[in-house]
Amino acid sequence: MIKIRGVHKSFGDLEVLKGIDLDVNKGEVVSIIGGSGSGKSTLLYCINAIEPINSGQIIVDDIDVHNKKTNKNKLREKLGMVFQQWNSFPHLTVLENAALAPEVVRGLSKKDAIEIAKKELSHVGLGDKFNEYPTRMSGGQQQRLAIARALAMEPSYMLFDEVTSALDPELVGEVLDTLRLLRDDGMTMICVTHEIAFAKEVSDKVAFFHQGIIEEMGTPTEVLENPKKERTQQFLSKVLH
Amino acid sequence: MGMSLFTPLSWNDSGFILTGILNTIYISVVAIVIGTILGLIVGFIRSESNKLINIILGSFLDILRSVPLIIQLILFSTYIGAMGHPLDPFVAGSIILSLYTMAFMSEVFRSGFQSVPNSMQIAARSLGMTYWQTVRYIRIPIGMRAVFPSWLGVALSVIKDSALVSVIGYMELLRTSEQLISRTQQPLTILLGVGLFYFMISYPLSLYGKHVERKMSI
Repeated sequence: MIKIRGVHKSFGDLEVLKGIDLDVNKGEVVSIIGGSGSGKSTLLYCINAIEPINSGQIIVDDIDVHNKKTNKNKLREKLGMVFQQWNSFPHLTVLENAALAPEVVRGLSKKDAIEIAKKELSHVGLGDKFNEYPTRMSGGQQQRLAIARALAMEPSYMLFDEVTSALDPELVGEVLDTLRLLRDDGMTMICVTHEIAFAKEVSDKVAFFHQGIIEEMGTPTEVLENPKKERTQQFLSKVLH
Repeated sequence: MGMSLFTPLSWNDSGFILTGILNTIYISVVAIVIGTILGLIVGFIRSESNKLINIILGSFLDILRSVPLIIQLILFSTYIGAMGHPLDPFVAGSIILSLYTMAFMSEVFRSGFQSVPNSMQIAARSLGMTYWQTVRYIRIPIGMRAVFPSWLGVALSVIKDSALVSVIGYMELLRTSEQLISRTQQPLTILLGVGLFYFMISYPLSLYGKHVERKMSI
């Protein structure tokens, strides 16, 4: 379980997170929506310790993420993360992209690393692309590669940071399908997303971020269909036209 | 086989010429290998360092790059000799040529490291890789690939510049040919031959570099 308590985070004078409390239970899918600059991506970066926090606490299973003694690299093995930009490693084939971290980080043998990479790549529908170089693939394929690459570490949680925002519209569907697949597998996920319809469909919980606080949180029906807060209503009317 | 003055060039000289060729290749390879390794380290330090370290390191490298190689060679070998530690011309030449190569390679590699997007490093770190794993598996291979054509360009000029090591007495191809010229008085033939040798090494490699560059730009 991920427990977030009173998290504050500033970049210089700019306070981006102003006291965030959020629980993510095992097997839950939590979607975070909100305007740009509302702090939603920053929270993901704080959960896997890419960004330090100013105060508060984030607990992943039993690990206090921002404790100085915490081994950040060990922590990140539990947390798969996929970004807006897919960041494929251009010098490696698709298979090598997915097998690298299992081999060098988890210390698996080359054979085992390749086996698990093949399994995850096939799972996201890239079973016929093992020897392809990622730069020759579409954005949607590269994003699915990024998902498989993270899954090959067999993480307990997946963090998705606007993974469809940089894609051409016709490629969004295949990536969302992959996320649905993970939900069906029972993966615990936090999705920062602009895809409201998708959030409504897959989430157990939706959090609406506004200016560094969680303005409203609840089930998709509560937050997306019957929002109580005015800010939430305004935001939804803007993104849903 | 008398070594009297003005004996024309003959097949008996081929062993002597071959030694010169091998010595040129030898010192070039040594300088390129050492210069590449040092350049990689210095380039990495520069891409990771703050302004102050970069200014200090940068000015040292500027000196190496700006003072003509021939002056560096003569200064170093004379100074070391005068200090009472005379060095073998090969050793003295290798040291200076390697440092000179390092000065250029470090700039090549620095821009290679800087060409790797920060977001790619974050992606690697998010997979649990340590800082050094990211350097080894992501930043070095991606950065090096990006600058391969420039690396080859520096390596080629080092092969040509190695001719200057003749001034401190290393028996590479140019010095070998100078001795042959003074014996045979056939400068045209010999210098054309030496020029052809450098051309035959440099030209195919530079074509290859252009080929790689074209392939990468697609």
